[in-house]
Order: sequence, then structure tokens, then C-alpha cells
Amino acid sequence: MADGSIGLWTVPLAVLGGAIRVSTPFLFVSLGECITERSGRINLGLEGTLVMGAMSAYGISYLTGSPWLGVLAAGITGALLGALHAGICSLPRVNDVAVGIALMLFGTGLAFYLGKPLIEPTAPRLPAIDFGWWSDIPQVRAALRVNVLFLIGVALAPILYWAFRTTRWGLLIRTAGESSDAARAMGHSVLLIRLRATMVGGFLAGIGGSFLSLFYPGSWNEGLSSGQGITAVALVIFARWDPLLCLWASLAFGGAAALGPALQSVGVTSGYHLFNAAPYILTLAIMIITCSPKRTLTGAPAELSITR
Amino acid sequence: MEFGRISRRHLLQGGAALTLGAATGARPSFAAETTIGFIYVGSRDDYGYNQAHAQGAAALKKIPGLKVVEEEKVPETDAVEKTIESMINLDGATLLFPTSFGYYNPHMIKMANKFPKLHFEHCGGLWSDKDPKNAGSYFGYIDEAQYISGIVAGYTSTSGKLGFVAAKPIPQVLRNINAFALGARLANPKATTQVIFTGDWSMPVKEAEATNSLIDQGVDVLTCHVDGPKTMVENAARRGAMVCGYHVNQSPLAPKAYLTGAEWNWEALYPKFVKMIAAGESIPNFYRGGLKEEIVKTSPYGEAVSAEARKHADDVKAKFLSADGYAIFKGGLVDNKGKTVIAAGTDRGQKDPELEKMDYLVEGVIGATS
Repeated sequence: MADGSIGLWTVPLAVLGGAIRVSTPFLFVSLGECITERSGRINLGLEGTLVMGAMSAYGISYLTGSPWLGVLAAGITGALLGALHAGICSLPRVNDVAVGIALMLFGTGLAFYLGKPLIEPTAPRLPAIDFGWWSDIPQVRAALRVNVLFLIGVALAPILYWAFRTTRWGLLIRTAGESSDAARAMGHSVLLIRLRATMVGGFLAGIGGSFLSLFYPGSWNEGLSSGQGITAVALVIFARWDPLLCLWASLAFGGAAALGPALQSVGVTSGYHLFNAAPYILTLAIMIITCSPKRTLTGAPAELSITR
Repeated sequence: MEFGRISRRHLLQGGAALTLGAATGARPSFAAETTIGFIYVGSRDDYGYNQAHAQGAAALKKIPGLKVVEEEKVPETDAVEKTIESMINLDGATLLFPTSFGYYNPHMIKMANKFPKLHFEHCGGLWSDKDPKNAGSYFGYIDEAQYISGIVAGYTSTSGKLGFVAAKPIPQVLRNINAFALGARLANPKATTQVIFTGDWSMPVKEAEATNSLIDQGVDVLTCHVDGPKTMVENAARRGAMVCGYHVNQSPLAPKAYLTGAEWNWEALYPKFVKMIAAGESIPNFYRGGLKEEIVKTSPYGEAVSAEARKHADDVKAKFLSADGYAIFKGGLVDNKGKTVIAAGTDRGQKDPELEKMDYLVEGVIGATS
């Protein structure tokens, strides 16, 4: 069109763009949590890890000028928080859900405290790869500006799926998650497996946070996460602990987050609160459809404290 | 302890006297150290609402004899009462600025009744006759500055499509949107302003999505009314759109894309309040004003603003500053559903209380209030 508008096409394009832009933190946190939960532990603290990751990535990127170092720092911060969670949980009679909630508050609080001087400065951002070069339409080009982290996340999902099924490490994690006695009988330390799984989970969640502060929305502020970490943890249950389903669920959540603003921009203005709530309504609907009082959730690791 | 306080007081008196001599009595003097408390709902360097207030607090810190205590991230719950009490009992605060809208009722009212000798000033304009006399509320007609932004935006936009990222459809926000849209129509009678409501004051991901959706629709100048405009400003600038700021000057975030902005001018107002108290005058319980009263201001024009736009904007600004004032909402105003909302012949001046009940979007705005 002559005036540069693409009319109603904005909606599907925004949902596609949103699926790419908004989904990455969901993807990383849910894949990380998937690993942790498959090993038989639930880490609710990933909201805190996400926010800490976002803050440390922004800080390191600002101080060193290299956003990739920021991503690495976010991962390391996440792994350390994961180690803290696993460390506390390895003590006898400690409830992992309670520790997770404590670490969620600790992580966000610490990030706000340390991140105070980072709100004002502007840090170098991660570059985007232009996948829309074939199109003349600027809107399409903008929607297809993809960050490498998104691609890594997308690649990670099938790799994890494969690894859980066929590798020794995958088997060990699943054994620890399904029956800790069996893992012990095989001569492995369940605590050590869970420590590693939680650290890897934290590492990925931290990287998810770096995407928030270094790519989209692309700056550090205290409202940055607005609950995305905790949503992603719920998303793992929703995806039945399956990495491939985590990928689809993350994309759906990203697209749903873009739906509200996009519909308003084309003039569908009634009920925008409802559209803004789309991701949560989606979660509730699927939970209600798939739950049953007669059996436990399919795919749930037997050792998980919520299913035990 | 008592000893230390006396000597410190003497020292300050000496210091104040010296400065007074230097400034030829232009500044207020305080017999003893006066403590002023500021309470913010968010972070005070958020490039937004809280930073604007913190800049006002910083202006007070420069006045000798004044001590400013601040607390950030105080939720709009009982927590603010605890903060107020501790500022009074531990720091000796005698003037308090709980700056967030939701602090007022019941929290600040309760505290004002409990400490009748102290002053409480709330930002938002909620004071009514029933409320305690030592409480007050102040607010600015920031829609005047939004109107100026609208003029500049109308001239700068090549598509004639402007965008507004807004939090909630409450009267203050609607008034800003309408003023911006009416200003734009002065410059370009065909200009439209598309509004997207994100649903809450701080939703960075939604704000970024709204910004992108608007630009996808061909919008090339954007502004906003959310707590932290940083997300909108940075994301719009990255996509090559122009922006008008809000709350404070965001031009450091996007020097090339920043046109102008609607800013609070608390750094001018707060010292005035302190002077009134020092002089023994009482601050009016209901304090209002716009550009003329120096409660709001506009950011300096960015390099992308044309000479024509500057001239028109400056002319209108001069009218706001004139003795007669200027009415943004003139008679014969039609909303975007075609209904006449202000009858022909009755201009609604800025101080008209009817404007504070605004529940419509004017012609030229694309969007709905519900």
C-alpha cells in the first residue's frame, strides 16, 4: 500500500514477530526447568534467576562493551543460583518448592539492588540477523529480525529431546527423576545429578534473562520480567516435560503476548484486557482440558515433589 | 547525642547565614535543619514518573538547611504508612511528599490526621474539603506540554499517522492523548493518533509490542503515557520512528529520534512549596498549574524539528504563558464516535473541573476507552 500500512496483515505478522521476539525467554527458562524437573526437582526460583540474568548481562555488557560476555555472565549467574538451590535442597528434609520461592524473591531483590545504577546507562545490545532481506515490506523485515539466542533455543529443543532419549546423561537424569533408588542402585549420586541438572537449568534461565535486557525489550528496568519466569515454569507442566512441546508452547505464548497490542493497532479495541490476558487464559484452558482426577499428569517425573 | 545535634545545628545556621549573605537573601533560611521526606512507588532513576519527582527532590537538596530523605519502591499499601511514620519519628521529617497516586487514600489521609502539625503534599489532585487541612494535593496540566508535542509531531510525521502507547484509559491519560491529537491536528488537519492501551503502568514487553505494532501500521511519530517511557523510546528509535517523550527528558536515550517531550517541572515547584512554609504561609490545599505556573515544561527541540514546527509550537506556548491563557478543549469538540462532547460556544479552560472527568477520545484518535 502507498502509505506504508499493511492493514489487517499486521495481526498475523505481529503474532509471528511476537512469537519470535517474545518467546525466547520463555523457551530458555522452560528448557532449563525441563532438565531440572526431569531430574526430580522443581526450581521455582527461575523467575529470580531470569531477572538476575537480565541484570548481570546488562551490567557486564555495559562495563565490557561486549554483549556476548554479558550473555555468558548471565549464564554463570544463573548456574550459581541453580547451585545454591540444589545445595540447599540437598540438605535433609528441605522442600524444594519453598526454597524455590525464597530464591525467587532473593534473586529479584538482589537484581533490583545491584541493578540500581544500571537503569540509566545504555548497554551495547546483541545483534540481530536479518532474515527478511527477501522482502520489500519493512514490517516483514522488522518481524524477521531474529536474534541468535532464539535460534540456539530452537535448536536446543530437539537436541534435548534426543539427549533425554538416547544419551547416557539423559538416561541418568531421567532415572534420578523417576526413581532415585534405581539411580542409587546403579551407583550414582542422585544429589550430584540433581545439582548438575539444576545448574544447567539455571544457566539456561540466566541466558533467557540476558535476551530480555540485551535484545528485547532491550534495556534493564525493574518491571522487565513481569512474571515471565514463573510463567515459563508453569509452561513446563503444560508441555508435559517434553522439550519439543516446550518449544511450541513458548512460541504460542510469545505470539499470544503480541495479540493484544496488534489487535488494538488495527482497530479491534473492545476487550483488550481480555486479549492482553490471552497467554494466561490459554494456560488455564489447557490445564482444565488435560487434567484428570483419576491419574497423575502424564509424563510427570515420579520423584517430583508435586506428583509424589 | 544531644551535644552533637546542637553543634551541628549551630554549624548549619552559620552555613545558612553565610550563604544568605552571598545570595542576598534570595533563599529561604531555616532556623534549624528541616527534613523533607520523599516516597516513590518505583525506582527514582526510571527515566519516568519517579525520576521526575527525584529531580524535584534533588533541587531541594541544594538549598542549605534542608535535609531530604527518600525511599524508593514503596508499594501503595500499609507499607507507605510505615515509611511515613519512620520518616517522621526517626528522621524528623516535617514535610512529606508521598508521590504516587495510590498513596493518598486512605494512607496519607490517616497519617495527616495522626500528625496534624506536619505537612503532607500529594501529587495527583485528590484533595477535597473533607480531607485534613495539613494535607494537600498538587498536579500539573501536562496536557499543555502534550499539546505542544502534538504540534511538533504533526509537522514531523510524513505519513500523518501518530502513535500513543498508553497504560490505562483513566481521565488523566485520555486528556493527554486528546491534547496530543488536537495539537497534531493544528499542524496537519488530517493527522490521526492511534492509541494502544497496555493495561498497566509498567509492562515493558507489552509496551515494546505496542510500539512495534504501531510502527507496522505506518505510524512514524510516537509518544506515551506509561511510568517508564524508556522502552517505547528505545524501541521506536531502533525502528527509525521519531518520538516525543514523557515525564522527563529522554533525549539521551535517542538523541536523533527525540523531537520534544512533556516534562514535569517539580524542580521549580518544590522549592516554592518550601519557601511558602518557611515564610509561614500555607500552601493552597489544591494546587494546580501548567506551563505558566512552571509545573510542567517541554523538552528542548531535537534536531529533526523543522523551523516551521518550532515557530508554531513556540507561538502556542506563548499563548499558554500569556495572561489570558489558552483553551485546548474548545467548544464544538466532537469525539471519535461522532458525539459532540463540548457544546459549541463553551470553551473549557484548563482549570475547568469537567476536563478531569474526561471519558472520551476526540475525533482523530483511533482507539476506544474500553
